[in-house]
Amino acid sequence: MSYEIIIGLEIHVQLQTKTKIFCGCSTTFNPDHPNVQTCPVCLGLPGALPVLNEHAYYLGVKTALGLGCQIAPYTKWDRKQYFYPDLPKGYQISQFDLPFSHHGQVDVVTGDSSANGGNEPTVRRVRILRAHLEEDAGKNMHDESGRGRDSKVDLNRAGTPLVEIVTEPDLRSADEARRFLEELRLMLTYLEVSDCNMQEGSLRCDANVNLHVTQPDGTKVPTPIVEIKNLNSFRFTEQAIEYEVARQWESFQQTGIRMGAKGGHKRTVGFDPNRGSTYSLREKEEAADYRYFPDPDLVPVMTSVEKINSIRAEMCELPATRRQRILDEFQLSPYDAAVIIDQGRAVADYFEEVAKTCGDGKQAANWLTQDMQAAMKERDETISNFPIRPHVLSALLDRINKKQITIKSAREVFTTLLEDADSGHPLSANRIDELVKSRGLAIVQDTGPIETAIAEVLSRNAKAIADFKSGNEKAIGALIGQVMKSVKGADPQTVREKLLAKLGE
Amino acid sequence: MELSRDVVRKVADLARLKVSEGELDSLVSDLSAMIGYVQVLNEVDTTDVAPMVHAVELHNVLRSDTIIESLPRSEALSNAPRSDGSYFLVPAIIESE
Repeated sequence: MSYEIIIGLEIHVQLQTKTKIFCGCSTTFNPDHPNVQTCPVCLGLPGALPVLNEHAYYLGVKTALGLGCQIAPYTKWDRKQYFYPDLPKGYQISQFDLPFSHHGQVDVVTGDSSANGGNEPTVRRVRILRAHLEEDAGKNMHDESGRGRDSKVDLNRAGTPLVEIVTEPDLRSADEARRFLEELRLMLTYLEVSDCNMQEGSLRCDANVNLHVTQPDGTKVPTPIVEIKNLNSFRFTEQAIEYEVARQWESFQQTGIRMGAKGGHKRTVGFDPNRGSTYSLREKEEAADYRYFPDPDLVPVMTSVEKINSIRAEMCELPATRRQRILDEFQLSPYDAAVIIDQGRAVADYFEEVAKTCGDGKQAANWLTQDMQAAMKERDETISNFPIRPHVLSALLDRINKKQITIKSAREVFTTLLEDADSGHPLSANRIDELVKSRGLAIVQDTGPIETAIAEVLSRNAKAIADFKSGNEKAIGALIGQVMKSVKGADPQTVREKLLAKLGE
Repeated sequence: MELSRDVVRKVADLARLKVSEGELDSLVSDLSAMIGYVQVLNEVDTTDVAPMVHAVELHNVLRSDTIIESLPRSEALSNAPRSDGSYFLVPAIIESE
């Protein structure tokens, strides 16, 4: 028997608004000051009237367009009714049968494409069933002592705008699920619709997992679906899915219980990252019955093609499109393009500015993914506060391209520029030229001095010459070194060529 | 239309209402009568009528994303049956089995 893994995700994303979705309370993450961001609307006091935050709707539409969804011309609000202490009204305002958007798709690169082999990367297309807007609940804090003390409720978060994104069950492995979430997060941060801060719960995920087992007779049997709730890290999502896949496979082999059979109903579980396993959440006696109905307090929202197009026009290029474009435009490897784009919009902008002004995308990519990356890490800086700004790096790379300095010298200048910045000196292209001059880093264009030096070095290195001629090619290294020493700024490549020519005479 | 005792029991349960067996009989007959009354609407011919999804004809009532001062915490907690001055207190929530 073999099996295929079937995964669908539901993702809750907090939108970056200043105020809640239906009232003017602040959405600032404020766990140290519980219950200071509430009002009659989000406390669910009788008589309070919710009014939609237009920016929440706008950010929702932007998100949905990023997901390739269709935007509904008419959408309304429904009450999802259940009792839980973090839900003051006894219902959540959500969207049921007429969500504001539906039917999109996101392509995820699931296999690493070879950088130079030219293999097409493998892509998984994940269909988006729907994306709807709703309000977040508050936060419950449980007594950890296990002595059954009171739980505490903080309603600061109650009413924060969320987009719930529901995928079709199109993912086929835990790794694919993680990659999908990474691509989704990248897209949301490019669009600036959410900060996606997972520690603060701005992006949370539920995973529906089961297996389609192919039996010896060729028929396919689905195992009971398990929904893993409230995964707040991508790593945990991956681990939880892997655990569930192994558990379901084991269980199916032992019991043969299929979806829908006795004992094969859908279950809801949590994931314990410490134990690396899932655990059953308390099952409601009855299947969930939310008794949705249209919220009479809120009126529908209508939009037009013109409005949707104007929002579309304000959107930035999506990461997937941009990855492909910089790859084509600057002749990058898929690997370099991905490294640059995946570090966020600020890094991508920095890269493009350098690549365009210095005219060498490959060189810019190398510096960004190597020297810059290492320096930022060491200095604990991000691209926005890194002292070498694009025009300065571009000036430096321009001098390499024009063969005025070597890459090795450029690294020396780069390090000195960082030291300059630390002692408060302004950085500029002029400063680069100053350093090149004062340290004699300029590549000597006039080959006269090089030839003189070669002649001089060869005259006192009979042994090295003999070694080289008898087949020890490494001997030339010492000769190049000596020439370089006497002619500062000589291009090592030129020296090597001239030396070889001389030795070949 | 006759509602079953089970349906009424379930509806009461979903609404967190404690209903005794004795009360159930009168609720079944009262609720059945109410639903029967509303069922008059089923007699209307709606063949060419578009479904109505909302009773209010207004749309796009929106507010700008501007902060309005929240309630002081003491006021927010003032209606709570129990609080510790910072949080609402509720009986222990058991998350897992």
